[in-house]
Amino acid sequence: MNRLILSLVVLVAFAVSSTGTVAVAQDHGHADHAEGADHDHAAHAEEADTDHAAHDHADGADHDHATHAEEADADHSGHDHADHAESKEFKAGDFIIHHIADAHDIHLFGDVHIPLPVILYIEGHGLKVFMSSALEGHGHGDRHYDASEGVSYTMHAEDVVDAEGVALASAGSISAAFNGQKLSVWDVSITKSVFGMLMILSIMIWMFGSIASQYKKNPGSAPKGMANALEPLILFIRDEIAKPSIGDKADKFMPFLLTSFFFIFFCNLLGLVPFLGGFNITGTIGVTIVLATLVFLLTNLNGNKHYWGHIMWPPGVPLPVKLILVPIEVFGIIMKPTVLMIRLTANISAGHIIILAFSSLIFIFGNGGEAIGAGTGMGVFSTLFMIFMYGLELLVAFLQAFVFTLLAAIYFGDATHEPAHH
Amino acid sequence: MGALLTPAFGTVFWASIAFLVVLMLLRRFAWGPILQALSDREETITGALDEAKKVRLEMAELASSNESQLKEARAERDRMLREAREMVDKMISEAKGKAKEEADKEVASAKDAIALERKAAIVELKAEVGTLSLEIAERLLRDQLKSTDEQQALVNRLIDESPLN
Repeated sequence: MNRLILSLVVLVAFAVSSTGTVAVAQDHGHADHAEGADHDHAAHAEEADTDHAAHDHADGADHDHATHAEEADADHSGHDHADHAESKEFKAGDFIIHHIADAHDIHLFGDVHIPLPVILYIEGHGLKVFMSSALEGHGHGDRHYDASEGVSYTMHAEDVVDAEGVALASAGSISAAFNGQKLSVWDVSITKSVFGMLMILSIMIWMFGSIASQYKKNPGSAPKGMANALEPLILFIRDEIAKPSIGDKADKFMPFLLTSFFFIFFCNLLGLVPFLGGFNITGTIGVTIVLATLVFLLTNLNGNKHYWGHIMWPPGVPLPVKLILVPIEVFGIIMKPTVLMIRLTANISAGHIIILAFSSLIFIFGNGGEAIGAGTGMGVFSTLFMIFMYGLELLVAFLQAFVFTLLAAIYFGDATHEPAHH
Repeated sequence: MGALLTPAFGTVFWASIAFLVVLMLLRRFAWGPILQALSDREETITGALDEAKKVRLEMAELASSNESQLKEARAERDRMLREAREMVDKMISEAKGKAKEEADKEVASAKDAIALERKAAIVELKAEVGTLSLEIAERLLRDQLKSTDEQQALVNRLIDESPLN
């Protein structure tokens, strides 16, 4: 992988110096947006003149976003020259957000996307299913799909706000309209994160199902193969996390702890595989909120008298302190799982952001192809740093799964712990 | 940016369903059997270790009892040997005493017999010597008294010597 990154840096440098356009750099899974930076002004203008002679300057509304204008050589309309001053600049922030945010297709590299099913429940129109490839105009602002039933879909490239600043649609979301009338849409698409999640969960079923049958077939024998590899982790969760935190009632919570540990761990690892579309499953708040909600429910539905007593009327505390403590404790019921959710999302997203930021640095230092030396130098430095970061992220992938499981186990333990002292 | 911090309805929807379904499936078909198998195996191993410990203790006990038995046996053997030796010694000394007595008796009777024999021999010899002496004297006298003169002479001398005078 390291060697791949290095060779890609060389490719980027070569492309910048030789052509001024970076069709080659699109091979970089993360570099597609960077092309905007590599377009030098002259080449851009030239291409615009030749390829887009007939294009509609008034249509620029969709294209006033620098990061989405990267494929100037593509055969779509809507580049007006006034935008070029903006589009020349590489916006690392947008580039990074685009890559860690959820999406309706898996972007492998360059123009290669794996389309995913879009599933919409539209009030009054029922369930609508189509592949995301039906949305036309990939990577060039808003994408549209006019279905035959008269419903037209728009996938927004940017957050849409009305005049008062009220959010109407967020970037990447799909809205539907019927005869120009905006429809109320429930988007239950198989997005990139959902797809990755289903993939991981399927792998888990296969993996642990086959391990279980192996144990059943040879009871009492030493573990082999996959069972041998995963048994230490299972024992680690049982003996180092569940039993010390929960005690006698650990068995009851073991299925949840094991499932969430392996789910988080495998999702984290999938997010570190390059050229696979940059899955950011555990960095997607929609996924972690579900895990946190389950922790919340399991904690409070299993809470015993002792647990609730300590929250609602903490013993051994003077009354004025109780008045302060009780709201804090009640707030803590919700706060604890919320913190779990935020910690996991933020940690995993942060890892991705750092790696993406260092790849962005190459293009920022390269200054749109004008400073090749600086770009190349930064490329070498960034690559070395990214290798280090990948190592760190591997550790974080395990650590965050461990931390989530450990804290969940501690909360379960708090809720079910029987008082020994009073 | 908003998309990053707001949980998307679709994601929550799928995540809830998929995670819960997988949780239930794994609990029923994977975690249950796996954890059961692990604790079973642990029990087996603990049991086997306990068994081994017990057997080791038994072995040690057996060894120590063997040892003591061996010691007893050895002592028994020593005692028996000693007794046997004592008995042998006693028998030998007894036998020796008896033999000596016997021999002494034998020697004494032999001595007695010898003494008796000698006495008899001496008596016989005396008788023999007497007879021999008489024969010698007879022959001598016959020689000396061959002539009448000599007989006369002797009668004379004897008369002379007789206390008749």
